[in-house]
Amino acid sequence: MNRGSVPRRAMRRFGEARFSPARVWAMLLRYLYILRSSWPRTLELLYWPTLQMLIWGFMSQFLAQNSSYIAQAFGVLLAAVMLWDLLFRSQLGLSISFLEEMWSRNLGQLFVTPLRPYEWLISLLAMSVIRVAIGILPAMLLAIPLYHYSIFELGLPLVAFVVVLMAMGWALGLAICGAILRHGMGAESLAWTVIFAIAPLSCVYYPVTTLPGWLQPVAWALPSTYVFEGMRAVLFEQAFRTDYFLAALGLDLVYLAVGATIFFIAFRDARHRGALLQMGE
Amino acid sequence: MPEPVILVDNLVKRYGSTVAVDGIGFAVERGVTAALLGGNGAGKTTTLSILLGLLLPSSGAVRVFGEDVLRHRYRVLPRMNFSSPYVDLPHRLTVRQNLQIYARLYGLTRRAERIERLARDLQIDKLLDRPAGKLSSGQKTRVAIAKALLNEPELLLLDEPTASLDPDTGDWVRAYLEDYRALTGATILLASHNMAEVERLCSQVMMMKQGQIVDRGSPGELIDRYGRTNLEEVFLHIARDKRMLEPVS
Repeated sequence: MNRGSVPRRAMRRFGEARFSPARVWAMLLRYLYILRSSWPRTLELLYWPTLQMLIWGFMSQFLAQNSSYIAQAFGVLLAAVMLWDLLFRSQLGLSISFLEEMWSRNLGQLFVTPLRPYEWLISLLAMSVIRVAIGILPAMLLAIPLYHYSIFELGLPLVAFVVVLMAMGWALGLAICGAILRHGMGAESLAWTVIFAIAPLSCVYYPVTTLPGWLQPVAWALPSTYVFEGMRAVLFEQAFRTDYFLAALGLDLVYLAVGATIFFIAFRDARHRGALLQMGE
Repeated sequence: MPEPVILVDNLVKRYGSTVAVDGIGFAVERGVTAALLGGNGAGKTTTLSILLGLLLPSSGAVRVFGEDVLRHRYRVLPRMNFSSPYVDLPHRLTVRQNLQIYARLYGLTRRAERIERLARDLQIDKLLDRPAGKLSSGQKTRVAIAKALLNEPELLLLDEPTASLDPDTGDWVRAYLEDYRALTGATILLASHNMAEVERLCSQVMMMKQGQIVDRGSPGELIDRYGRTNLEEVFLHIARDKRMLEPVS
């Protein structure tokens, strides 16, 4: 047996360091390996957003000739469907990477290393960005030759919409991961279902005023509602609603704080219950 | 006198009304291979999990390398490692990818070199580019040990290291662990209910039952104390004793 040559002093310092980008990169690399190991999964990332874009693109073409609402701004449905998918993929991208650890019963291995929970979390967020890019960008680009519609024509407001929706997706993803940590794999389906419960309230395809009066305050409590209202303002009025953007950002901060709190409380609770070693399929 | 590598004092873990670990205390000196020996549900894995910081105790103190694990686990985690047949590696990643990621998590610099060396030592070099999910139980155990030795730990915690292995592979793993301890001076604490394994590897045994340490000593001392011929008979004596044995403090 050969002895290794592990520099102990350097390693101890590494272990004590409060934050290590190298550990975040290690976890990100792990998720990239997992993603690369299965091309059907990568294809699935592209499949749904592209399919949605195709359906709503054809629908928009039809409605543009038969509806004054669509005729005013051809891209309103296409932009809505793509931004909605961005929100969904952002939440799912985080939750799926988290679930990969559950499916492989691997939390026990990870958390006997110097990996901190927040470093893991940062890698999950980074992976969410990568999954969103793989899933949404091709659909956005494909819409240009197919329908002569480019969502990029929204300009800088598009960046604001993406930031708000990504952050909201992360907040929801964190809360869902917390619920799975607390309740086990029985709560796995939350990763695919929770987002659809807020779709009607986010007013993706119709203005908030369509909702009954008593429901509108609930809708305005969601950052996504500001994005879709703001998107319609850009398309119909060529105006960027800064007030909507700031309100959405403020709400995002609250949602992120709540989501992260749920996640970290659930993580600590898992350490009390011994779930880190047992959790999995 | 040097401080023990592991020092556990009055450790208690309760799950509601169930007491999994009931006020145990023990110390393991540097370079020793020790065992927590007991039947299912005796509290062995719970104790290991607390030492690793994966599980928080209800009360008690745990010091590893002189550090309070409950407060400063990140100071000691780089110096220790863990292997269990019940905790897997991601199946779709190759063995090499899995080891590379753990090497990065431990902050190793010459990762490829370290992995190649361990792979040669543990005879898994031909498995490095195979998915972890395609390995046999014996191969998985060797890979798990490679992962556990990546950072050349000064303290190695092993949960039933040879469970589900055929006798030949089990014997090979035990010999490897003996060599590792002899060469590196590492401390090893294993949880097991394999008496032959404990008798061969360990100089210190803590017999656990219902969350308590009911006896302790070297395998030879325990065999003599109970007037038996091997550790398995001692284990059966303790396990089947209708009277609750007085815990040893």
